[in-house]
Amino acid sequence: MEHSPKIEAVNLNLYYGDFLALEKVNIKVPGQNITAIIGPSGCGKSTLLRCFNRMNDLVERTRAEGKIIIDGSNILELDTDLISLRKKVGMVFQRPNVFDLSIYNNLKFGLRIHRMINGKDEIMQTIKVSLEHVGLWQDLKDKLKKNARTLTLEQQQRLCIARVIMLKPEIILLDEPCSVLDPISTLKIEDLLRVLKQEYTIVIVTHNMQQAARASDYTGFMYLGRLIEFGQTEQVFTKPKENLTENYISGRFG
Amino acid sequence: MTRESFHKYIKDLEKDVMDMGGMVTTAISRSIESLKSLDADAANRIISDDALINKKRWDIEEKCINLIATQQPVASDLREIIAVLSIVTELERMGDYAEGIGKIVLMHGREPLVKPLIDIPQMAEKTVAMLKKSLDAFLKRDEQAARTICSEDDEVDLLYEQVYRELLTCMIENPATITRATYLIWAAHNLERIADRVTNICERIVFLVTGTITEVNVSRY
Repeated sequence: MEHSPKIEAVNLNLYYGDFLALEKVNIKVPGQNITAIIGPSGCGKSTLLRCFNRMNDLVERTRAEGKIIIDGSNILELDTDLISLRKKVGMVFQRPNVFDLSIYNNLKFGLRIHRMINGKDEIMQTIKVSLEHVGLWQDLKDKLKKNARTLTLEQQQRLCIARVIMLKPEIILLDEPCSVLDPISTLKIEDLLRVLKQEYTIVIVTHNMQQAARASDYTGFMYLGRLIEFGQTEQVFTKPKENLTENYISGRFG
Repeated sequence: MTRESFHKYIKDLEKDVMDMGGMVTTAISRSIESLKSLDADAANRIISDDALINKKRWDIEEKCINLIATQQPVASDLREIIAVLSIVTELERMGDYAEGIGKIVLMHGREPLVKPLIDIPQMAEKTVAMLKKSLDAFLKRDEQAARTICSEDDEVDLLYEQVYRELLTCMIENPATITRATYLIWAAHNLERIADRVTNICERIVFLVTGTITEVNVSRY
């Protein structure tokens, strides 16, 4: 990795009560690349992802040790501005969670909450740019008053990504974003991520190894709360360094 | 179109194969020029440049492996990558044969050729033409062209027979020419082998298009 990482976890431990969900995780996520985190169910990949915007704080009795450094600041510090953090580090979830509102209001919602823009023209312009970014503008420009839940699942997921982009994040976290989508929609979302990585740092958790291999630049393999291996995707899938990684990606366990 | 980046990788792979083919056709042509004029310097360059052909082959193979590992190619994409793996192996061997002709030039030294070269350069011309056409057929997925090219191997085989007969006669008439005549037979044999390798490429093109591996051409040698 030539440049400093965008996200760096240093000796990260995370407890849910007494349960050690993440153990001594050290990872450097490169900026403006797509990093995939793979591993069997329960290995801690979603837990790790949620550390990057401190969504784990919403779970009771969660405790983190170590550091997570984003742009030079340790976001685990108590005085971290969480609202600012979650604007900078946006998240897209497994199931599209568009609000039961019009497409326009879905997108305007974040701007209003964060008091980002007031003028109607400026809001419209921001919406247009975000929808263009996710390839939805042509399809939806005349249907912005339509309820977002009438869109296809793929469109809804794109809308969720647009909603994140509206807030001008630097990092986009995606937790199994394609698991409810059909294969073609999945490929289209992957194509979109490839475009978005030119501007954003993307971290995607997926249980679909083939997706990780296809769509990412870097891959981290986790097992039982530990990061077993991390490297360029081509290297991980052709010459993994760890036997555990080799066994997992070749389907010998998990 | 979805997966544009994957399709771009495939196009880049095709370009790599064409580039490697260009390196090999140049090596073959230069090897015969160096033989005609017994140019040791030119021969040495051909020999050292073979390392570049070998490296190109490994680079392309690595790209194929990465594509298979990361992109899960199926159907014609998979057949194309498998075909490329086979084609670059054939091209690399052709490069070795051209290098072999360069080594023959060095072994021959400055003694005059036993006879002016006529059929051997013709063999080289036909072989290079076959190779260029086969790579074109690969790009265009032209099964019919691939089959036609295979039949041209017979012409190269006939020329080889002619060369062999003439040089044999030469050796019988004048035993002092045996060593130099043998070198020329080896050079001709290398060209005949190159032409056979081209037919292997053509068989891979047929496989790429039809999904079936068949022996399209059976060489006389």
